[in-house]
Amino acid sequence: MSGNGKGSGNGHALLTMKDFKSDQEVRWCPGCGDYAVLAAVQSFMPELQFPRERIVFVSGIGCASRFPYYMETYGMHSIHGRAPAIATGLSVSRPDLSVWVVTGDGDALSIGGNHLIHALRRNVNLKILLFNNQIYGLTKGQYSPTSPLGTLNRTTPMGSLDWPFNPLSLALGAEATFVARSIDTDRKHLTEVLRRAANHKGAAFVEIYQNCNVYNDGAFDALREDKTNTNRIPLEHGRPVRFGAEGERGVVQRPDGTLEIVDVAAVGEEALLVHDEKLEHPSLAFSLTRLAHTPTGPTPIGVFRDVQRPVYDELMAQQLERAKAEKGEGNLHSLLHSGDTWVVRE
Amino acid sequence: MATKPVERIDRVVIRFAGDSGDGMQLTGSWFTTETALLGNDLSTLPDFPAEIRAPAGSLPGVSGFQIHFADRDILTPGDAPNVLVAMNPAALKTNLKDLPNGATLIVNADAFTDRNLEKAGYAENPLEDASLDEYRVHRVPLTSLTIEALKDVDVTKREAERAKNMFALGLMSWLYHRPTDGTVEVIRRKFNGAIAEANERAFKAGWAYGETSEDFAVTYEVAPAKLRPGTYRNITGNQALALGLVAAGVQSKLPLFLGAYPITPASALLEDLARHKAFGIRTFQAEDEIAAVGASLGAAFGGALAVTTSSGPGIVLKMETIGLAIALELPLVIVDVQRAGPSTGMPTKPEQGDLLLALYGRNSESPVPVVAAATPSGCFDAAIEAARIALKYRTPVFLLSDAYLANGSEPWCLPEVGSLPDISTTFATEPNHDGDFWPYLRDPDTLAREWAIPGTPGLEHRIGGLEKEDGTGSISYDADNHDRMVRLRAAKVARVDVPPVHVDAEGGEELLVLGWGGTYGPIGAAVRRVREDGGKVAHAHLTHLNPFPPNLEEVLRAYPKVLVPEMNLGQLLQLVRSRFLVDAAGYNQVRGVPFRASELADAMRAML
Repeated sequence: MSGNGKGSGNGHALLTMKDFKSDQEVRWCPGCGDYAVLAAVQSFMPELQFPRERIVFVSGIGCASRFPYYMETYGMHSIHGRAPAIATGLSVSRPDLSVWVVTGDGDALSIGGNHLIHALRRNVNLKILLFNNQIYGLTKGQYSPTSPLGTLNRTTPMGSLDWPFNPLSLALGAEATFVARSIDTDRKHLTEVLRRAANHKGAAFVEIYQNCNVYNDGAFDALREDKTNTNRIPLEHGRPVRFGAEGERGVVQRPDGTLEIVDVAAVGEEALLVHDEKLEHPSLAFSLTRLAHTPTGPTPIGVFRDVQRPVYDELMAQQLERAKAEKGEGNLHSLLHSGDTWVVRE
Repeated sequence: MATKPVERIDRVVIRFAGDSGDGMQLTGSWFTTETALLGNDLSTLPDFPAEIRAPAGSLPGVSGFQIHFADRDILTPGDAPNVLVAMNPAALKTNLKDLPNGATLIVNADAFTDRNLEKAGYAENPLEDASLDEYRVHRVPLTSLTIEALKDVDVTKREAERAKNMFALGLMSWLYHRPTDGTVEVIRRKFNGAIAEANERAFKAGWAYGETSEDFAVTYEVAPAKLRPGTYRNITGNQALALGLVAAGVQSKLPLFLGAYPITPASALLEDLARHKAFGIRTFQAEDEIAAVGASLGAAFGGALAVTTSSGPGIVLKMETIGLAIALELPLVIVDVQRAGPSTGMPTKPEQGDLLLALYGRNSESPVPVVAAATPSGCFDAAIEAARIALKYRTPVFLLSDAYLANGSEPWCLPEVGSLPDISTTFATEPNHDGDFWPYLRDPDTLAREWAIPGTPGLEHRIGGLEKEDGTGSISYDADNHDRMVRLRAAKVARVDVPPVHVDAEGGEELLVLGWGGTYGPIGAAVRRVREDGGKVAHAHLTHLNPFPPNLEEVLRAYPKVLVPEMNLGQLLQLVRSRFLVDAAGYNQVRGVPFRASELADAMRAML
């Protein structure tokens, strides 16, 4: 795969969607939700007004992880589950870069679960896009860590026995500072969430419901096809949480802190929960993630949490600066001669 | 200072042994510093349990530190101690078997209580029966003498007791005419207030005890060794390796990135480098071994001199990522401080068991250069050499050390910074193929590809673990292309420029001893012994295991007999036999301790 030689170090404001398309033939199955996400990302990238050569996409293994090949940026298609670890090393050693991780439910939550939670906990400056299709697509249809209990497929002919992860609950439990969810086919919503993630300082975690039309078709139809907000619960900072064609349904918080879906008319507008993504304490955001464990009914989408916490990359850079300020730039001769030395003469 | 008769000796081996909580490593290392400052050549070997504090007084809780020093250059910490300082019955019991007849024993008589004797499995007190008659035994009530010496110092009885190792250090410093100013200074630096005073007084009381006690009739002097002129410091292999990595960063003009996860005996590398942030060094303590190497590889993609450090159990976890680094053809230094295995094995004990792991422990054809350090101070040069190869050939490189080199120490003649090799490299800045950038175009000489780092306009490209088309780097499943890429990766490693192996020979030898890595000292010492008896033996020692030195085959064929001693079951042996069809013989021990020169000498004599 070649670069097109079109430097973008100057005049990057003039970049367009096609500047972010590589010369590689896209090889996802026809009808895959990944196409929509790729198109959304490619069309959103120029808006970042960030030099293309300083953008890096790192992925693991799985269908989603082919993503970097199709982006005319720097990129690495790495190994299964390890993208957050690799991206961490890149990001902390090169704070001038914008580093994006593209992963899937198997890659991020199964084999790579450990790296994901630690990247989030450290608040490394990574934008992590998790394409959740609730299935292993590349290996042809085994259940994944987000597949519902009882999923029938090739490795579970009598139904899967695993209770699935709720990716956003997991991210919040892992101390993530930015947690959001969007849907592959909703270009407008997805673009807005990407914009928010890109502007977040630190680790941004975005779950994207993505349809696998070959092995798990229709898993998210309750939301994807939901033009009337019957099931989509849009989260907007500072606004009451309500949904439905007329906004007739809403979310209230019970005295024990858990949430419940109600008819607005029955409880009154003032009783509705007002979304606050800036809350330091993650429990309300967590409760929102628990409204739907698998998206077959009303499910919140949007930004659940967006708070500031020291960024690992910056903390490390500051320590280096402090060490230089306190000790002076490292001097190899002095270092070698430090400690107890003695001289042997002729 | 001493008024007692002085006996001049040319060398001595002393072992300090006590409970893990007795401070034996500290005592040994301060005695070492005194010895280094006096100008003796020296070699040390700590021997400690993996447990931080095994039950007090128990056999598994014994921690030891051996130092060999001499008035000439020496190569090993010594086979057997001439002097054993035993702080309790357990220390006596576990170490006595190593003591030759006539050796000196200095024991803390206060510790030989019924309870301690029972914990050590002694039915009778060995200080009171005839069992130690073959040795020169000094029964010193170290604990009570220390407490007595500190009665005016404002410390608890327990704190006073804990200073008994300083009493022992004082006594040994007196016995061997070691300079004391440095130790007093370091006591004042390391401790505060009453504790500092207690340790200083205990140290001086130990010295004075030697001077006044009738138990010690003579003192010993070991004259300074005639070493190469220069500035020296005493250094362990881990310290030297960390300094070598710092130097590699400086000499490559690249920021150093170390991704690591704590593991014995490699943790000290991470700890040391974490202190050198003023060099712009980034150290990343990862969530696991996999993330440690992953982060390093990510940093390599970004243009850093990337390193990951571990030991065998961690290395096996990293292999997947090392395979990716081979496919990506990015520079990466992987340090394996080998320890006894398999699995968790014996974490603090050395072994040479990871040679074939480094060479072959990955799926498919995935060649890597392998460098091995031969001595503690040699770890410095080995680190720079591993980085040089990694950067020049854009490849992961294994650097093998071991627990013996890591913790053993020796005087190191400090190199001039100006004499260190320039290992700098260049990044791609321009398209290399008709206005495009092809990431897998190669330098015709080295076969290395260009290193185009993010941030370089116009060179945006994607790399990954899928097979790539030669040149363009595009994904390719083409049969001929794959065959070509496999051979290219192999050829690149095979043509790494490696210096010829030096043969230490006097002429007329029939036997060549071929070693590698951390056995240099014992093999070299054994060769000297054999020669002293008139035996003829040549010694070649490998620090490059892949590729082999260009003259290795010629060297091997020049001798009718080849002996390959290894602390494994014959890994290099297997390589040279299969590669060169040479009928070499192995000498193998896997005991978790370094070879003894005496047993190696016997093995050599048996082949003469």
